Amino acid sequence: MASEPAEPLITVERLTRHYRMGPQIVHALDDVSVVIHRGEFVAVMGPSGSGKSTFMNLLGCLDRPDSGTYRLDGQEVAGQEGTGLSSDALAAVRNRSIGFVFQSFNLLPRQTALDNVMLPMVYAGVGHAQRVERALTALDSVGLRERARHRPTQLSGGQQQRVAIARALVNDPLLLLADEPTGALDTVTSLEIIGLFQRLNRCGITIVLVTHEPEVARFAGRVLNFRDGRLIDDVNQTPEAAA
Amino acid sequence: MTAWDALRAALDSLRANPLRSALTMLGIVIGVAAVIAMVAVGAGARDQVLRQIASLGTNLIMVGQGSIARGGVKLGAGTASSLTEDDALAVLSEIPGVVVTAPSVRWGLQIVAGNQNWGTVLFGITPDYMDARDWSVATGRGLSDEDVAQANKVVVLGQTVVRNLFGGGDPIGEPVRVFSTPLTVVGVLAEKGQNTQGQDQDDVIFVPLSTAKRNIPGMAKSNPRFIHTMVVKMRDGTDMAEAQAQIRDLLRQRHRLVAGQDDDFWMRDLSEVSATRDASSRALSFLLAAVAAVSLLVGGIGIMNIMLVSVTERTREIGLRIAIGARRRDILVQFLIESTTLSLIGAAVGVALGIGTAMGVAALAGWPTLIQTDSVVLAVVVSGIVGVFFGLYPARRAARLNPIEALRHE
Ligand SMILES: Nc1ncnc2c1ncn2[C@@H]1O[C@H](COP(=O)(O)OP(=O)(O)OP(=O)(O)O)[C@@H](O)[C@H]1O
Ligand SMILES: [Mg+2]
Repeated sequence: MASEPAEPLITVERLTRHYRMGPQIVHALDDVSVVIHRGEFVAVMGPSGSGKSTFMNLLGCLDRPDSGTYRLDGQEVAGQEGTGLSSDALAAVRNRSIGFVFQSFNLLPRQTALDNVMLPMVYAGVGHAQRVERALTALDSVGLRERARHRPTQLSGGQQQRVAIARALVNDPLLLLADEPTGALDTVTSLEIIGLFQRLNRCGITIVLVTHEPEVARFAGRVLNFRDGRLIDDVNQTPEAAA
Repeated sequence: MTAWDALRAALDSLRANPLRSALTMLGIVIGVAAVIAMVAVGAGARDQVLRQIASLGTNLIMVGQGSIARGGVKLGAGTASSLTEDDALAVLSEIPGVVVTAPSVRWGLQIVAGNQNWGTVLFGITPDYMDARDWSVATGRGLSDEDVAQANKVVVLGQTVVRNLFGGGDPIGEPVRVFSTPLTVVGVLAEKGQNTQGQDQDDVIFVPLSTAKRNIPGMAKSNPRFIHTMVVKMRDGTDMAEAQAQIRDLLRQRHRLVAGQDDDFWMRDLSEVSATRDASSRALSFLLAAVAAVSLLVGGIGIMNIMLVSVTERTREIGLRIAIGARRRDILVQFLIESTTLSLIGAAVGVALGIGTAMGVAALAGWPTLIQTDSVVLAVVVSGIVGVFFGLYPARRAARLNPIEALRHE
């Protein structure tokens, strides 16, 4: 950990996203440039409406910028002059290289934890026997192997979020994107989840996480601050170790 | 996403709302069941008619005395003795392909046995008639050439007549009377049942042609060679239209009819009967197709409606699936498979219900029914097409959702 982070995983240059609301143009993201290296744990902060989610959606290939470039793992996801990957290729990137964690978990309510975790492999063309094995391993890594047959309604909020994290991990992504993953959880559970993120990060996965809470941001090695769509502050810090 | 994954997802989602899924399928179920049951009933009836016609023989030509004007009104029937036994002989000897000509006279009368009497129809015939019309004898014997030659006072009874005159008893050898003539029963005809017009074919008695003419008062007073009808049996594979034309020419010539004069006889072959039946069954098929189309259309609209509801309800799920790597095509296929599964399950239930209904109709109403495999295959294929067609719009809507907005939905 003492050595400098190696190759850049994310290279964003002059990334801009605006929405036209009648005569008005809302600059949701305005001229943002940033480099994130492999193995980093980055917290994204800022007031409501500052563009955090917009930034995450662009990193997550759910949205395309109006201008600017975005390279992920050396691949030009969005290039100048609107060049970039096709919609199917973006789907493949989301499927293989990125894991999403949402504030509201977004588990399919009628499916078991195991089925939920297996879902990304459905779109990755993984064979059925392997799906179960890998999903159980992922559930194991979030400490919920014995809850594999439970439905989301039979799990606590923290457990549901851990199932969602297992789902995000199951295709071995390079990057974990979490938009306010602890927003719906109490303090104790939030700390549990953030501890889990920290452990995963130590195993080598790059994490970008949006949060409103400074207590959560303390556990990251770097904090990006947004305001009015702009990146106004970028500080490295010594992360606090979770219990 | 493999087809199997999509099918599992579809079944899962249909199971989530079993009542709603069932109600949605109802249109397809009823459409398919109605088509299969109605086709089965129609085919059963048609098959019965065709078998009856085949049993009459499609290579028969009936020739009768008296003319029929256009519109079916009989003119001059029973007036001049236009048709004779000699005509029958001439047809047999001069028209190529004729196997048999069977002349006959017929008369409605009362038959008396002991103190019982019964109104029936007497046919004065030759043995050839029984052969041509496919009559056989159940007990006793049929009429012989000798009976005809000697005008024997013998009679063969139809089953209905036997039932009404003798109850369950054996009539062979018993005396009966028609007008004042005593006859001896020598045989009983095998049962034939109803004809295509629903008339009882077993309510007949057969006597030798000569006996009928000699003993029925007033029957042959103007011309002893006179007959009412003759059945002409052609060799199998004969061109019936051609044969009819030749017979017509021969009879017109023998009856000395000049050009422009109407025929003084009528003629028809039984293939005409089957042609009318064909036409009416074609009309029935058309009606069926219309019923099927309407009910499948309604069923399809029901499916589209419920799929649109489903897409709206599952907006977040769609957003999530896109976020974790589903391509637009995967979403499209998932919803298409769901709508098609819905319609095909409906079709399967409809097939079962249709076959059940057809069998129920056969058992309860006694109608003959015949399940047509092609109607089953067609109904299922069309249901599948309906599922795809009416599922397409909702599925495209799902596939075009913006994942960010979809994930924010609710
Ligand atoms: N689809 C959209 N149409 C119009 N404006 C939008 C849209 N999405 C976002 N915006 C605007 O872009 C700006 C940034 O929104 P964004 O969701 O990125 O903020 P955020 O930092 O995530 O806020 P919060 O902390 O409340 O989640 C806001 O002003 C928002 O109103
Ligand atoms: Mg946000």
